[in-house]
Amino acid sequence: MAFTLTLLALAAVLALAWRYLGAYMVAIYRGQVHWLGPLERPVYRLLGVDPKSEQSWKGYAVSLVLFSGVSLLLTYGILRLQGQLPLNPQHLPGVPAALSWNTAVSFLTNTNWQNYGGETTMSYLSQMAALTVQQFVSAAVGIAVAIALIRGLGRRGSSTIGNFWVDTVRGTLYLLLPIAFLAGIVFVAQGAVQTLAGPALIHDTLNGVTQLIPRGPVGFMEAIKQLGTNGGGFFNANSADPLENPTQLTNFLSIALMLCIPVALTYVFGKMVGSTRQGLALLATMAVIFASWTAFTTYAEAQPNPAVAAAGVSSQPQGNMEGKEVRFGPLNTALFGVASTQTSTGSADASYDSFTPLGGLGLLTGMMLGEVTPGGDGSGLYTLLLFALIAVFIGGLMIGRTPEYLGKKIQAREVKLASLGVLVMPITVLALAGMATALPVGRAGAFNSGPHGFTEILYALTSQGNNNGSAFAGLNGNTTFYNVIGGIDMLLGRFGVMLPVLALAGALAAKQTVPVSLGTFRTDNVTFVVLLLGVILIVGGLTFFPAISLGPLVEQFTHGRFFG
Amino acid sequence: MTEIGLPASPRPGPSARGVAQHRGLFDREILRGALLGSVRKLDPRLQARNPVMFVVLIGTLITLAEAIRQPTVFSWSIGVWLLLTVLFANFAEAMAEGRGKAQAETLRRTRSETQARRVLPDGSEEVVSSGALGLGDTVVCEAGDVIPSDGDVVEGIASVDESAITGESAPVIRESGGDRSAVTGGTRVLSDRILVRISATPGNTFMDRMIALVEGADRQRTPNEIALAILLAALTVVFLPVVVSLDPFATYSHAAVSVVILIALLVCLIPTTIGALLSAIGIAGMDRLVQRNVLATSGRAVEAAGDVQTLLLDKTGTITLGNRMATALVPVGGHTERELAAAALLSSLADETPEGRSIVALARDRHELAATSAPAGSEFVPFSASTRMSGLDVGARRVRKGAADAVRRWVEEHGQVVPPELEEVVTRLALAGSTPLVVADGGDTLGVIELKDVIKPGIRARFEQLRAAGIRTVMITGDNPLTAATIAKEAGVDDFLAEATPETKMRLIREEQAGGKLVAMTGDGTNDAPALAQADVGVAMNTGTNAAKEAGNMVDLDSSPTKLIDVVEVGKQLLITRGALTTFSIANDVAKYFAIIPALFAATYPQLQALNVMRLHSPQSAVLSAVIFNALVIVALIPLALRGVRWRPSSAAVVLRRNLLIYGLGGLMTPFIGIKLIDLLLTTLHAY
Repeated sequence: MAFTLTLLALAAVLALAWRYLGAYMVAIYRGQVHWLGPLERPVYRLLGVDPKSEQSWKGYAVSLVLFSGVSLLLTYGILRLQGQLPLNPQHLPGVPAALSWNTAVSFLTNTNWQNYGGETTMSYLSQMAALTVQQFVSAAVGIAVAIALIRGLGRRGSSTIGNFWVDTVRGTLYLLLPIAFLAGIVFVAQGAVQTLAGPALIHDTLNGVTQLIPRGPVGFMEAIKQLGTNGGGFFNANSADPLENPTQLTNFLSIALMLCIPVALTYVFGKMVGSTRQGLALLATMAVIFASWTAFTTYAEAQPNPAVAAAGVSSQPQGNMEGKEVRFGPLNTALFGVASTQTSTGSADASYDSFTPLGGLGLLTGMMLGEVTPGGDGSGLYTLLLFALIAVFIGGLMIGRTPEYLGKKIQAREVKLASLGVLVMPITVLALAGMATALPVGRAGAFNSGPHGFTEILYALTSQGNNNGSAFAGLNGNTTFYNVIGGIDMLLGRFGVMLPVLALAGALAAKQTVPVSLGTFRTDNVTFVVLLLGVILIVGGLTFFPAISLGPLVEQFTHGRFFG
Repeated sequence: MTEIGLPASPRPGPSARGVAQHRGLFDREILRGALLGSVRKLDPRLQARNPVMFVVLIGTLITLAEAIRQPTVFSWSIGVWLLLTVLFANFAEAMAEGRGKAQAETLRRTRSETQARRVLPDGSEEVVSSGALGLGDTVVCEAGDVIPSDGDVVEGIASVDESAITGESAPVIRESGGDRSAVTGGTRVLSDRILVRISATPGNTFMDRMIALVEGADRQRTPNEIALAILLAALTVVFLPVVVSLDPFATYSHAAVSVVILIALLVCLIPTTIGALLSAIGIAGMDRLVQRNVLATSGRAVEAAGDVQTLLLDKTGTITLGNRMATALVPVGGHTERELAAAALLSSLADETPEGRSIVALARDRHELAATSAPAGSEFVPFSASTRMSGLDVGARRVRKGAADAVRRWVEEHGQVVPPELEEVVTRLALAGSTPLVVADGGDTLGVIELKDVIKPGIRARFEQLRAAGIRTVMITGDNPLTAATIAKEAGVDDFLAEATPETKMRLIREEQAGGKLVAMTGDGTNDAPALAQADVGVAMNTGTNAAKEAGNMVDLDSSPTKLIDVVEVGKQLLITRGALTTFSIANDVAKYFAIIPALFAATYPQLQALNVMRLHSPQSAVLSAVIFNALVIVALIPLALRGVRWRPSSAAVVLRRNLLIYGLGGLMTPFIGIKLIDLLLTTLHAY
């Protein structure tokens, strides 16, 4: 009952976000919001950017790569040099090279895969200046690319798709900062720590125990961690840590924050291409998969843990509680997990490794579908639009016309770019997972053997390749091998999609539109949603079917049952 | 469109008797050629052009090598069926090409070398081979001569038998100047003598180019075909790591997988069905157009036809029958309708024009007036440009029908006046788009015959269907706006262009295109050439000028303006067939997974048998069944690829829903049934 209310409340919050946050975002990216002008204008002056000039897709892409390159170097530098830098009350040494590479790429690409324990590895400066900064800008960059693609679809005969610097700056200033600030206050008010005073030493005189409690600037980082679909927490235990995600309210807030921008982007899309229905069709597609996966995963986690049952514990009234926080319980945890893996967040309020095989399958497959339901900030929408273009191409042919989406003809170039963007992730993930299982250094990383060990490796590379960042644990990723290939995985998973998307935005913007008639392939009705779902599930999902059958499926069948 | 004799209206019906003889889908001769062709096409250089089938070929070779190294019934079976998969794909393409070749052969018969009488500058003649004729040469053709090459008549007039191209036996008139000056090589002069200036270099005549296209000799892949090929290549590329990575995955899981099964899985997953049939679909699309006696200069034009959103249709011949028919009688001056009918009948009994015959028919049907021939001793007064009347003189009685002002003058010459209401009746009928013919008997004005352009039966329904499919129809006519509006309304076209001139047509096309629409039109005259070139699909009439044919991207050998609608249909069919088979192919993958994955790891993970939802007999029978299904489905779909998926004009939503259900859901379900049946058959035969 309480969980049903949670779901209803979530639906209500997201509906409001869709309508009002969406409308606000439209205003932001149309350049109609100015209330932080005194902050905004100096940034452009500093960057030497004329906010009124627009860029071609190439200019946009070059700016993005340039910005990302500088971000990578800066983050890497801070991590390496943190021992010599201020705000390091624990006197932590510089982060090793391979780990710094992996971590810098991870936060740059909005992945937030963490091969380290935050409280024992990162100084406050690293957490704030390197990691939290990237949590803001990587989300802003993701949204900017989505907006560029939307402009490409909405404009006709245009050679420009917006200005990367303006989009990124406005997204950060007007969207992410204010919401993260407000949400941060809630986190801190609920009990998340926010201090620069270093760890607290606790003398429990009653029990005669002395304990060092790590602390730091956690609460506000937590807000952008979820809002920016980043997922990289301050502490190793991520959102399971009571100092990071203290209450059921903050747990709920976390879920809502992860989902709100990706959901609102469908409204932005609809408004900016001139038909809210078009955005609703995308939202419906997202909702169908999200709801099915939530039902599947919560059901799986409500079942008794098969391994525990096999050990002779007959009563597990709450379902699978292994690795879960008592203050959340299996249902809320499963919902959090689904939200976290179907956005590109990857934060965790439990040990995903301890989910039932099917529960774990729900999380794993959520990522494997390409994280489009609703996906990460920006990345969810632009990846979904790639799927939509492929769906339009196949479906459009079936009505006997050159396929078109929103009046734009989908021809060889568009098909090429969309295919590239959709397929780079599965190809990268499978190739790297194949490599990891083939090489002794890769096999050595898995904690478990057999199917579960395989799932651990597969999960790690899937998570990084999709810029999710959630960990199945079990895998020791902090080896040179996993740090290096993980970095490659994340870079390809991010820029291997973004760059084709920008090229696509350019190609689409330049096109004229075909007027709508009765002979036009409709992309705002139920038939299209069904078609799009089919393409996501078959084209996006089936590539991983052999792999998951060797992992979670075998594991589940080994326990001799599918459900319960 | 001028022909000798009747009918003056476009020839009825699509020409089954045209160049393109209908052949059965599996004509024996073509079949034999295709079987040979499918082996010949194993050439890796040809295969490399189709990445999907190339991967299958490589897989076949590896499997066969494995089978030779470690011979088992299983690996040989897989190897052979994979080879068959490639052969079936080749067969599909060879079938399509074979049908094209057969048609090209028919066309080529017109192209045999002939002797030409070239006129030299000094006026003398020399006899040369038609192959030696160059651009600008002038030749003489007399009755019985075969015109040696494409050209324009520069002097004289002749009747020409063009049945070699059109299949139509009625001869046509060709004369110098104007829109009937073009002659085609291979046609025969029946009467008179003409001088023809050659307008094509040898081997590059209009027909030569058409033959090459029909044959598929220099077939260029069309834009949409290229886009689809890219998608298919991408879907092939993505399944490579899926299968290759399975090897280390399986090794990690201590499960050994054989190369043969991995290749079987790969072939089953990549879109072989559509990959195998893609080029056949393209060739067959072209072929279907030829069957309707339309030759396209490029596959691109056929594809564009599917995209057309505006059809510019000539009124005469497309929308109306082209003849004015008597539809009503309006008496004036106190006469009865029957009196009028009797006089009208009398005036028309000897009138053999279509209008005249329609008046006879009306009088007979409406008033049961039974006279069948002119009374003895009567004399027919034919229509002339100066009198603008025709009629009959029976003794002293003079009956006339004609244009209102001409008849009025004639009546006034008899010292009478026309009834006052005549003016009003005539104006009313003219405003309604009809042609009023006034009938007078001596000085007595009896009334008015209403002649109307008759809308072709069924055309209105056809336009409604087109409208439902989102295609706008615009009627082009030389009539005045009032008449045009009436006919447009009656025919149910969306819009009309009255008093059309080449310039206004051109402007209309530009306007439509500026709005992003694709426009199709037909034309025959030289002054249509710019518009034909500007239109996205320009169908030139074969009876038209060479300029028109050059400007358009299709030629209708039947010269029937109604063809435009057929052309659109063929274009749509082409795209729909591609989309339907792609959907089918991709949807097939689901069942194949369920067949192969449990089989793949049967030894290591017997638990995965839970995924064996089809309850296939054994791992080997499961894999083999999937491979056999994958191969056979190609053969099963060849007829569909060649014939094309049917398109009935209806809204995109309806078409999509239907095709999604048939090819999407069907594609999902069919292999579950098919693979199970093959597995049962294999088990029954004790193959496994």
